[in-house]
Amino acid sequence: MTDRQLPPDMPIAVKDPSRLSIALQSDFFYTFKRSPVAIISFAVVVIMVLAAIFAPLVAPYNPFDPASLNLMNGFSRPMTPNAFTGDTFWLGTDDQGRDVFSTILYGMRISLFVGAAAVLFAMILGITLGLLAGYVGGWTETIIMRIADVQLTFPAILVAMLIFGIAKGVTPVEHRDQMAIWVLIIAIGLSDWVQFARVVRGATLVEKNKEYVQAARLIGRRSPAIMVRHILPNVLSPVLVIATISLALAIIAEATLSFLGVGAPPTQPSLGTLIRIGQGFLFSGEWWILLFPAVTLLALALSVNLLGDWLRDALNPRLR
Amino acid sequence: MSEAILSIRDLTVEIPTRHGILRPVDGISYDIGRGEVLGIVGESGAGKSMAGNAVIGLLSPPARIAKGEIHVGGTRIDHLKGDAMRRLRGKEIGMVFQDPLTSLNPLLRIGDQLTETILAHLDVSRSEAEKRAVAALDEVGIPGARERINSYPHEFSGGMRQRVVIALALCAEPSLIIADEPTTALDVSVQAQIIALLKSLCRERGTAVMLITHDMGVIAEAADRVAVMYAGKLAELGPVRDVLTTPRHPYTDGLMGSTPLASRGKARLHQIPGAMPRLDALPSGCAFHPRCPYAQDKCSVDPGPDLADGNGAACWFPLPHDAKVA
Amino acid sequence: MALVSVANLTRIFDVSKPWLNRVVERRKKAFLTAVSDVSFDIEERSVYALVGESGSGKSTIGKILVGLLPPTEGSVKIRDVDLARERDAARVDAVRADIQMIFQDPYASLNPRWRVRDIIVEPVAARGGETKGMAEKLLEQVGLSARDAGKFPHEFSGGQRQRICIARALASEPRLIVCDEPTSALDVSVQAQVLNLMSDLKDDLGLTYLFISHDLTVVQHISDKVGVLYLGRLVEEAAPDELFDDPKHPYTQMLLEAAPKLGEFGREVDPPKGEIPDPINPPPGCAYHPRCPLAEDICRKERPEMRALRGARVACHMAE
Repeated sequence: MTDRQLPPDMPIAVKDPSRLSIALQSDFFYTFKRSPVAIISFAVVVIMVLAAIFAPLVAPYNPFDPASLNLMNGFSRPMTPNAFTGDTFWLGTDDQGRDVFSTILYGMRISLFVGAAAVLFAMILGITLGLLAGYVGGWTETIIMRIADVQLTFPAILVAMLIFGIAKGVTPVEHRDQMAIWVLIIAIGLSDWVQFARVVRGATLVEKNKEYVQAARLIGRRSPAIMVRHILPNVLSPVLVIATISLALAIIAEATLSFLGVGAPPTQPSLGTLIRIGQGFLFSGEWWILLFPAVTLLALALSVNLLGDWLRDALNPRLR
Repeated sequence: MSEAILSIRDLTVEIPTRHGILRPVDGISYDIGRGEVLGIVGESGAGKSMAGNAVIGLLSPPARIAKGEIHVGGTRIDHLKGDAMRRLRGKEIGMVFQDPLTSLNPLLRIGDQLTETILAHLDVSRSEAEKRAVAALDEVGIPGARERINSYPHEFSGGMRQRVVIALALCAEPSLIIADEPTTALDVSVQAQIIALLKSLCRERGTAVMLITHDMGVIAEAADRVAVMYAGKLAELGPVRDVLTTPRHPYTDGLMGSTPLASRGKARLHQIPGAMPRLDALPSGCAFHPRCPYAQDKCSVDPGPDLADGNGAACWFPLPHDAKVA
Repeated sequence: MALVSVANLTRIFDVSKPWLNRVVERRKKAFLTAVSDVSFDIEERSVYALVGESGSGKSTIGKILVGLLPPTEGSVKIRDVDLARERDAARVDAVRADIQMIFQDPYASLNPRWRVRDIIVEPVAARGGETKGMAEKLLEQVGLSARDAGKFPHEFSGGQRQRICIARALASEPRLIVCDEPTSALDVSVQAQVLNLMSDLKDDLGLTYLFISHDLTVVQHISDKVGVLYLGRLVEEAAPDELFDDPKHPYTQMLLEAAPKLGEFGREVDPPKGEIPDPINPPPGCAYHPRCPLAEDICRKERPEMRALRGARVACHMAE
């Protein structure tokens, strides 16, 4: 057998180029830099996310602190000094004197948090089940896929309302508001996991038969290690696209539920709640209470959607 | 000397990319006469398939013909677009691709595919076209052609499918066939059958054949003349017997030496060091010089000489070397 | 003692349509016999080549040897351990560390998301071994550079990827390497490099190869013994020179005749007749008899046994 000692001049410590630097030089990033749609929608999303995260610092008022509210400020028009107090609010105030701009910022927090958490939950659940179904096959796959099929026959909103209703009935009254957000996340996530599972299962079936998986099997690696370390990194590409579009849909789903009154509670209103509140005042002339939250929701969902669309085309190997 | 069916002069294909302009085909010229089989041989990345695609007008954008002329049956075709090219394709030029699985529409019966092609290009009635379709299947050796005309492609084996593809390529009576690696995906025994079929059919009809392959053995059996491509250029062109037994370009020589067929009885295969350069990293001068055992200073400066019409090697110091090379 | 002993190996796949289809379409179950009663030995430090066309079962035998597939009947013993039936997990693992495989498709054999270093050392790292500097040393050994260790597979050409596969196969210092058409997807000049490399490594490291190929001419250089397969059955076994100069089985003769030859230009070869039969419904008796010029009555009824004939083994009633 040959001696496996390294010769003395062999450079071991050659620094690998990091994955980030490789990503920045890739064709993918190049396409991003050249697409105005991608850059703008990405910028909008980033701005809104940052605004939402730093809402307490950015918002001129805290609309949910009852002490800071002045009923006399109610129904102020945007950019017009209030007749009674002289305060000016950028986007006006609602019936209780809450600054609409601030409520939007705080509302975005809830919308984004619920949307992102729901998608994350759906992803984890869907990817896990998809990997299992694809790799293990047999009865495991059959059972998982049939549950998925059944799940799909129920409209997402109705499933969410059902779960919500059950949760409401089970939790004691004093905890209901706090639980509402979490129940919302689970409800939307549970209605969403199927598409992740299906895509991951399909991609797993393809990767499973490739030789690098066989190479791992023949050295004796166990199935969980193969699924996580070998297959998972290679099935994430389509997941990313679906996740982005799912985020837009989750935000809208949450807004819908809140609009219907079965979502975020009034103490932690999301954009949907604000729209519901504003809708009541539309025909009495205080249009700004509805318009600005609605436009914000539109901008957010649209940007995320456009980003997702671009991502799908950018990651599609056939279109390159 | 019969007039050439296919005549290519100085053909260049360019692909603009973010790293610069790539030239997978760079200034190649050759003719194919009536009933002649020209073998285009080269390794992957040499540009041989790209040249075939350029002739039949199947270059996928952003690849495009940047320079040069292509004449088929005396008519210039490289500038044709859309409808005009479509009429030509299939009627004057037939194509046989490598993978019989994807060359045939899996949803159509093969009888329909044949009949449609015949009707599209020949002025005959439908019943006449159907008769010709059955005759075509018979000619390529499909047993029970009359019954099998209504089968779907997946009901045939790989070899049978490739026969159907050949029938499809020949049914409109083209003057030129481009066969791009027609036997690579097939077993050895089936390969022999397909080569024999192609040869006999084309000889009977006087069809010119551009046979693109990386397999030297297929070239030896089937081709009359052979063109060796390297990094987008022609390295050598000549009658098959001459090029294969006394190659003049060092690359051809190295290629012959590496072929296991040719090295029967030798302990070790001859190997050419290194690999074909990528199109975005071509060496200066002659593209082969970094790997050439006989390279001189001139080779890194000047690309090889143009081939004399129809013959020769693009090399400043072609083999055999009588004098000792320093 | 032979390193590998294959005895009466049989592998049958159940390719029946799903139960529902069978009931509705009134079909029987369908079984595909990929390997049928194959027996051969591989001596230590030698190269045994298995040659056959599609449907010959050669890849299946390779997979059974490395433990990716269990046999249906018969046994494969490596160093006297039957991988499929041995109960002692430690013995199985010890033998597993001694076997490696090189696959046909250099593009699917390497996990696209892993760095080359991690790919190469996985056979050792997965068992908890020390891997510092190992990848670099192996890369140099297969003719690549130590600097390539930090790169990703897509940065390499087909021939280079195959070298990386060879480096991975050597990492655990195996005794036996099963090579499944390792050069079929490579260009001729690259094939020559890789074959020479494999030959040198075999001499330097005292390896044993099972070399699977569809190309007789490729194996003549590297092999000490050649086994010819037809429809899952071993029809002839001989040393390469013996096989090429004096083929005894009609199928071997046909293969050699049909193979393109460089010295005979434009030769008019009488192409072989017929095609490989359907392995789900093989012909009775000798599988080759429908295409065989020597076929007699006994060939249609009785499957021939392997017998010794002038320094080779042949399974043919009529050969002499």
